Amino acid sequence: MNIRIKFQKYGSMKFIGHLDMMRYFQKAIRRADIDIAYSEGYSPHQIMSFAAPLGVGVTSDGEYFDIEAKTSRSSAESIQALNEVMAEGITVLEYKRLPDTAKTSMSLVAAADYLAFAKPGYAPLAETLEELQAKVQVFYESQEKICITKQTKKREIEMDLKPFIYQMEALNLHSAEALTAYGVKNPQILARGSETTSSCAPALFLKVCTGSSDNIKPELALEAFCRFQGIPYEAFSFQIHRLEVYAKADEIPVKGEHERKSYQAYLDKQRKAYEKKGEAFPQFLTLGELGRDV
Amino acid sequence: MNELALSDEILMSVDKPARYIGNEVNIIKKNPGDVAIRFAMCFPDVYEIGMSHLGIQILYDMFNQRDDVYCERVYSPWVDLHKILKQERIPLFTLETQSPVRDMDFLGITIQYEMCYTNILQILDLSQIPLLAHMRAEEDPLVIGGGPCTYNPEPLADFFDLFYIGEGETQYDALFDLYKSVRERGGTRQEFLRAACQIPGIYVPSLYEVSYNEDGTIRSFAPKYADVPPIVRKEIQMDLTDTLYPRKPLVPYIKATQDRVVLEIQRGCIRGCRFCQAGMIYRPTREREVGMLKECAREMLESTGHEEISLSSLSSSDYSQLAELINYLIGFKEKGVNISLPSLRIDAFSLDVMSKVQDVRKSSLTFAPEAGSQRLRNVINKGLTEEVILEGAGLAFAGGWQKVKLYFMLGLPTETEEDMREIPRLAEKIARRYYEIPKDQRNGKCQITISTSFFVPKPFTPFQWAAMYAKEEYLARARIVNEEMKEQLNRKSLKYNWHEADVTVLEGVFARGDRRLGQVLQKAYEKGCIFDAWSEFFDNGKWMEAFRECGISIDFYNLRKRELDEILPWDFIDCGVSKSFLRREWQHAQDGKVTPNCRMQCSGCGAAQFQGGVCLEHQD
Repeated sequence: MNIRIKFQKYGSMKFIGHLDMMRYFQKAIRRADIDIAYSEGYSPHQIMSFAAPLGVGVTSDGEYFDIEAKTSRSSAESIQALNEVMAEGITVLEYKRLPDTAKTSMSLVAAADYLAFAKPGYAPLAETLEELQAKVQVFYESQEKICITKQTKKREIEMDLKPFIYQMEALNLHSAEALTAYGVKNPQILARGSETTSSCAPALFLKVCTGSSDNIKPELALEAFCRFQGIPYEAFSFQIHRLEVYAKADEIPVKGEHERKSYQAYLDKQRKAYEKKGEAFPQFLTLGELGRDV
Repeated sequence: MNELALSDEILMSVDKPARYIGNEVNIIKKNPGDVAIRFAMCFPDVYEIGMSHLGIQILYDMFNQRDDVYCERVYSPWVDLHKILKQERIPLFTLETQSPVRDMDFLGITIQYEMCYTNILQILDLSQIPLLAHMRAEEDPLVIGGGPCTYNPEPLADFFDLFYIGEGETQYDALFDLYKSVRERGGTRQEFLRAACQIPGIYVPSLYEVSYNEDGTIRSFAPKYADVPPIVRKEIQMDLTDTLYPRKPLVPYIKATQDRVVLEIQRGCIRGCRFCQAGMIYRPTREREVGMLKECAREMLESTGHEEISLSSLSSSDYSQLAELINYLIGFKEKGVNISLPSLRIDAFSLDVMSKVQDVRKSSLTFAPEAGSQRLRNVINKGLTEEVILEGAGLAFAGGWQKVKLYFMLGLPTETEEDMREIPRLAEKIARRYYEIPKDQRNGKCQITISTSFFVPKPFTPFQWAAMYAKEEYLARARIVNEEMKEQLNRKSLKYNWHEADVTVLEGVFARGDRRLGQVLQKAYEKGCIFDAWSEFFDNGKWMEAFRECGISIDFYNLRKRELDEILPWDFIDCGVSKSFLRREWQHAQDGKVTPNCRMQCSGCGAAQFQGGVCLEHQD
C-alpha cells in the first residue's frame, strides 16, 4: 500500500541536505519498524520517494515523501512509532494511505508556501507590519510584470516572475495567531528565529510555482523584492521556511481508468464539503489531503 | 535544541555543515551543570572517519553511564573551517552542547595512526589550549591520550598531560573518582597527575626523565620521583562478554566511513605475524560469547536502523563460533540488512557464506600473503602457503569469482630481489589457475590486483629492532616488482598498485621515535602541516624543512639497526608480551623458523600472566 508521510524540519536540522534526509528516513523507518517494501535484486532498497527537495538552510512545516508498505498499523500508531525515533528537530505530522495507483508526490507538486524573514542581527524587511504591507502592495499588487534576469548554467535569461508568484503577503512573525493561520505548526520555534527584533517581526508569505517545470525558488522572489525595494540582498541574512507543498486540486492524482473515476467521485465529495462550509474549492490541495488516515 | 557554536553564515559556507552540528540519533543529552566532570572525546581526523571508530563509541557510552560525567565529542574541523576558526578566533567546540573544548575537565584524544599527530596539535591550537603540557594553566583541560599509538607515546610526550595505556574499560572509573576527590579538596593539576600515575595503565610523561648517549641513543629513562612507577603495564579487559558494549551507537546524518553496525567479536590474534603490532599488544586473544553478540547485533540494528552490519576483529576466521554467528546474521537479510564480511580465510566455508551475502560477480577475494616467497613468509611468520592460496583461489573461481586482490609488503627484514620477484609470479600462478577452467565455463578474463605497501617496524613486535630503508630504496623495490610484472604470461590480467614512500618514512620515524621529535611535530604544524594522512594535504617538503630546522636526523630513527640491549623509548611499558619473547622471535625470523599459533602451542610470550583468553583454552 502507498503511504504519504509529512514531516517538519526545524533548527539545526536545516543543515542536513536532501540526500542525507533520505538516508535519515531510510534508517528511521527501520527503527520505527514500519513494514516498508523493498525492491527486488541483489541489494534491495526501500521503496521511498521524496516530493520536493528542500534546500540546505531552509526549515519546513511541510515535507512529504511516499513509501510502499507491505502492512501498516494505524496512522496514529505509525506517527507515534516514528516520532519516538526522530532526532530533535524532525517531527512526523501525517501518515496517510494513498490509492494503490496514486501518482508519486514528486510528479504532483505544483506549488509551495514559504515564509521569508530576516535572521537575528540582520536588517529586517521593514520596521513595521504596515510598512511591509505597503511594500508588498507596490511590488506585487501594483506591478504588472516582475522582470528579473535568471542565471542558468549556460546563460542569463529574462523572465517575468509574476505569473509564478501566486500569492505574496506580509505578516507578523511575533503573532502566534497569524503564524498558525498561515500553517505554521510550532509558532514558538519559528518566532525564536527573530528574537532580536522588537514587538513586530515582519515576514513575507509567498506561494510560488513549484515542480519539475517552472520551479521558482522562494529566494528568487525574495531577491527580486529586495532589489526593487533597495534592500541589500544577502542570502545568509534571511531565513526561508517552507510551510506546505501542494498539488493542483483539479489534477487527478491516480492512474488507471477505474481509479480515476473513483477519485473523481472523491473529489466531488470534497467539493461538496467545501460548499457546505461556504468556502470556495481551493485551487490547490496539500499533498497530504490526497490521502486518508489508516 | 542547543544554540550552535557557528553562525548560519559560517555553516552555509563550509563543506558538509552536518559535521559540526551534533544532534545525531542516539546522542546523549545531559545538563552540563549537573555533572562533576566534562569530558571531550576526540578523534583527530575528519568527522566521517572519527564517527566510524568503535573505541570512541564504547567509551562514549561507558562514560555517559556515569551520572557525574558528561562525555561529548569533537573531531578535526576540515581545512575550510580550520581557516575560519583561526581567522575569527572561534574556539573549537564539542558537538553535544557546542561548548568550547577548553571549558572541559578532560580532552581525551584517541591516537590511531602516526599521520594524525599534527591533527592533534590542530585540535589543541583551535581549542586555544597551550600545545605544550607544561604551559597549561589550572583551568585548562587535562589532555589524555589513548589508542594503539600510545604503545610508544614518546613523540607526543610534550603535548599530553597523561596517557592511558591499554583498553579503556578498566581504569577510567578510578581516574574519574580520583579527579573528583582531588578537585573537591581543591587540589592542583600537578597533584592530580602525581596521584593519577599510581593508577594502573596511566603514564604521566612529565614525571619521567630521559637522558641520551652521545650517539643519540637513550642512556636512561627513569621516574623523577621514587613513588612514580618505573613500569606502566597495559590495561586489559579480560571478560569481553560480561562488559559494556554500546547498544545504541550514534547514527550520523552524513555518510560515515563505517555507515553500519560494527560488531567486535574478539580482541587479539592467535597468529603471531612478526610485523603486526596489533597481534602482539592485544594478546591474549579473547572472544565474546556468541549469545551476547547475537543480542548486541539485534539491539544495535533496531536502535540505529542501519542497513548493514559488519564484524570487526583481527583474523575473524579464528573466532570459534563464527558459523553460528554468521548464520544468525543472515536471518536479517529478510529485513534488508546486508552483512559485510571482514577478510576471512578463503576456504569452502567462507566461500559458501560469501556467496550468500554478496554478489559474486562484483565482489573480489582478498588474500594477504604479505610476502611473495615462502622463505620470506616464514620470516614474518605468516602461515599462509602458496598451496592454500591456490586452492582457495581455485575454489573461488569454480564458484564464479573472477577478481582477486593480493596484499604484500615491501622492505621486510631479510627481503631479497628474488622475494620481490616472487610477488608477480604468485599472482601469475593464480591467474593460470583461473585459465585452467574450460573457456565455456568461465566468464571472460580474471583480474588479479597486487597492492604493496612499505613495511614500517612497530614497537612491541619482533621487528622493533629492524632497520628501514631510504625512500629511494623503497621505490626501487616497487620498480623491481613492476618490472617482473611485465614478464608474466598473463600480465594483461594482472594489475599492480604501489604508494609513494614519503609517508612511510615519516611513519617510521614517529612509530619508533622518542621525545625529541615533539619539536619537529610542532614545527611541522606551525608550517601548516595538517591532515597528513590525506594525500591531497600531505606536504613532504614542509616536513623535511621541519626536521632540518630542528637538527633532527631521519636516518637516525629509520636506517639504524637497533642493538638488542639498546634502551628503546617504549621500554617502560609492559604490554604483556615479554622482551625475551620478542628477541626470540626476532632470532627465529632471521633463521626463517616458524612459530605455531596460540591454539596449536603456547610459545610463552608472557600474555598468560593475564590469566584468561586463549591462554587458558587448553587447560580444561
